[in-house]
Amino acid sequence: MSVTLSHQIGERRPAGTENVVLEVHNLKVYYTTPTGDVRAVDDVSFEIREGEIVGLVGESGCGKTTTAMAILRLVQSPGRIVGGQILLDGQDLVRLNERELREIRWTRISLIPQGAMNSLNPVMRIKDQIGDAIETHEGRLPRKELQERILKLLAMVGLPSRVYHMYPHELSGGMKQRVCIAMAIVLNPTLVIADEPTSALDVVVQRVVGETLLEVKNRLGVSMILIGHDMGLMAQLVDRIAVMYAGRLVELSDVYSLFKEPLHPYTQLLIESIPSIKERKPLKLTEGLTHDLRNPPPGCIFQLRCPHVTDKCREVVPPLLEVQPHRRVACHLYYDV
Amino acid sequence: MSQPLLEIENVTKVYGGGFLQRGPVTVALQDLSLTIQQEPAKIITVAGESGSGKTTLANLVLGFIKPTAGHIRYRGQEVAAMTPQELKQYRREVQAVFQDPYEVYNPFYRVKHVFDMAIRNFHLARSRQEAREMVEEALNVVGMRGEEVLEKYPHQLSGGQRQRIMVARAYLLKPRLIVADEPVSMVDASLRAMILDIMLRLRDEHGISFLYITHDLSTAYQIGDEIYLLYQGTVAERGDTVEVIDHPKHPYVQLLIDSIPVPDPTIRWGGRATTVDDEEMRVNVHSGCRFYPRCDQRMERCLQSIPPLYPVGPKGHEAACFLYEEPSQATPTTRSEEAVPAAD
Repeated sequence: MSVTLSHQIGERRPAGTENVVLEVHNLKVYYTTPTGDVRAVDDVSFEIREGEIVGLVGESGCGKTTTAMAILRLVQSPGRIVGGQILLDGQDLVRLNERELREIRWTRISLIPQGAMNSLNPVMRIKDQIGDAIETHEGRLPRKELQERILKLLAMVGLPSRVYHMYPHELSGGMKQRVCIAMAIVLNPTLVIADEPTSALDVVVQRVVGETLLEVKNRLGVSMILIGHDMGLMAQLVDRIAVMYAGRLVELSDVYSLFKEPLHPYTQLLIESIPSIKERKPLKLTEGLTHDLRNPPPGCIFQLRCPHVTDKCREVVPPLLEVQPHRRVACHLYYDV
Repeated sequence: MSQPLLEIENVTKVYGGGFLQRGPVTVALQDLSLTIQQEPAKIITVAGESGSGKTTLANLVLGFIKPTAGHIRYRGQEVAAMTPQELKQYRREVQAVFQDPYEVYNPFYRVKHVFDMAIRNFHLARSRQEAREMVEEALNVVGMRGEEVLEKYPHQLSGGQRQRIMVARAYLLKPRLIVADEPVSMVDASLRAMILDIMLRLRDEHGISFLYITHDLSTAYQIGDEIYLLYQGTVAERGDTVEVIDHPKHPYVQLLIDSIPVPDPTIRWGGRATTVDDEEMRVNVHSGCRFYPRCDQRMERCLQSIPPLYPVGPKGHEAACFLYEEPSQATPTTRSEEAVPAAD
């Protein structure tokens, strides 16, 4: 049997019109090391609106996953949240204790972790794993009701009902990934954080999983943070993109403007270096020097790789400012204009 | 024309099903042929999804496993029948770069150990001075300097730097062919171009051919000369890279290319994606085309025998699909914008 997703991709929403569900203000997450603190997330601010998908992109080690973990309050030692606010519907998650967090995790914010398909319990049937998640938070439910809910969920992510009785090893990677999506939305959360949900999948499967995410977003109106580094996939899936570099948010923009005219030099580099299957173009070479995160230089964090670097960049940290409607960028090039 | 550098002829590799083993066998590669000429050096891409047999092919070429049937010849000589002496020479001339630049290093040794080992194993240098010069030259080829990296430990380097060092190590041995198994899939996008550029330079300036194994068609499109697209152990389509990707003919390759996300939010995915879970695909097709369960243009006869490669375009473009059996009749119908007759 083949699994076909008949989906209707909804119009992407215009920016700036909906309720904000999550606000992150000046978040700082540092990792303690013997030779000083590594600033994994440094002064990051953004917000997520109702029913939108925000892509969080950047190269490995730039702080994408750490930012997501901080939102869930899952930063583990030696990491710690040093400062900032994380407001979920106005409630500051940074101040909550473990008991209060338990009530919020999964019911209001859920996670599709990196390599999620390997996070399924190999000795439990799919129905029991999903059922577990429901009953942990809602208490015991009548079997019949539980079954109906699980079958509905499986259908929503495009899986056939026989998956209900199966074990994880009987499923392919893409199917397991969709089970994880089903588990993430089982309690109807406000926000789903998906950490590289399609990496390690083949393009065709990747696309099916991506379309499943879009379908879920459109049907449930859930907000999502999609972490990844595949710009092509981002172009297909997200409404807005947040670009991180070395622990800082350097650009935040709606997806159309960002691909049409990237503002920050790092975003420009990111977009230019996407290999295309439409035209054969000369390779764009850059030296990948990043400064030591324990000891960031004064000024802009991108100065070592930036082709437009000036003296001011070496002295003053560029703040993230709105330079065009709904577009924020942290770069001195755009402030004077 | 002289002997080919590497000639893979009707190679089949079956896992399982041995004398004492029961249960189904897995046919990882079936009747695959691939030739790399000595001149000019080329980048030959082998692409396909996981389970298509790409890595099995790399392992066969590197001599880690032996084919169940068929021949692999290096400059006319059967690899499986080489003497230890010949095999050592072969191992020198055919080098490998692997996917994960984090796991190939021993974390306890400095980077220079990687080079010292190679030089010692193959007795490349007569003196310390000569060895040092060779290493320096190899590092220069990948745009690095010895003093920057040789005394460092692997964890002090980025993924891109580690991968470049691996290419330098391969270059040090002056190989004729480098088998590169997903060399850029774990390197950040902004640094990927550097590795690809090094591959191009090694091809053009040093005459080294590459067997570039990847699932990423876009990088293959940027640097590859010829491409072989595998589907479940068989060649679905092959030919000049640009020709194949611009005008895909096999239904699987069309689906694959339609599914590559376009880095432009105004262009959406084309067509419809279908997947089938693995076990069903393998069970359903005992004979015939392996893409049958997912194909939207399947015919009765696709179940009867495995389609051979038919010519479908210029520059040796061939597709293994019965749609192209008789060039005059075959007209693919799904691709509305590219309804090119098969005999062009």
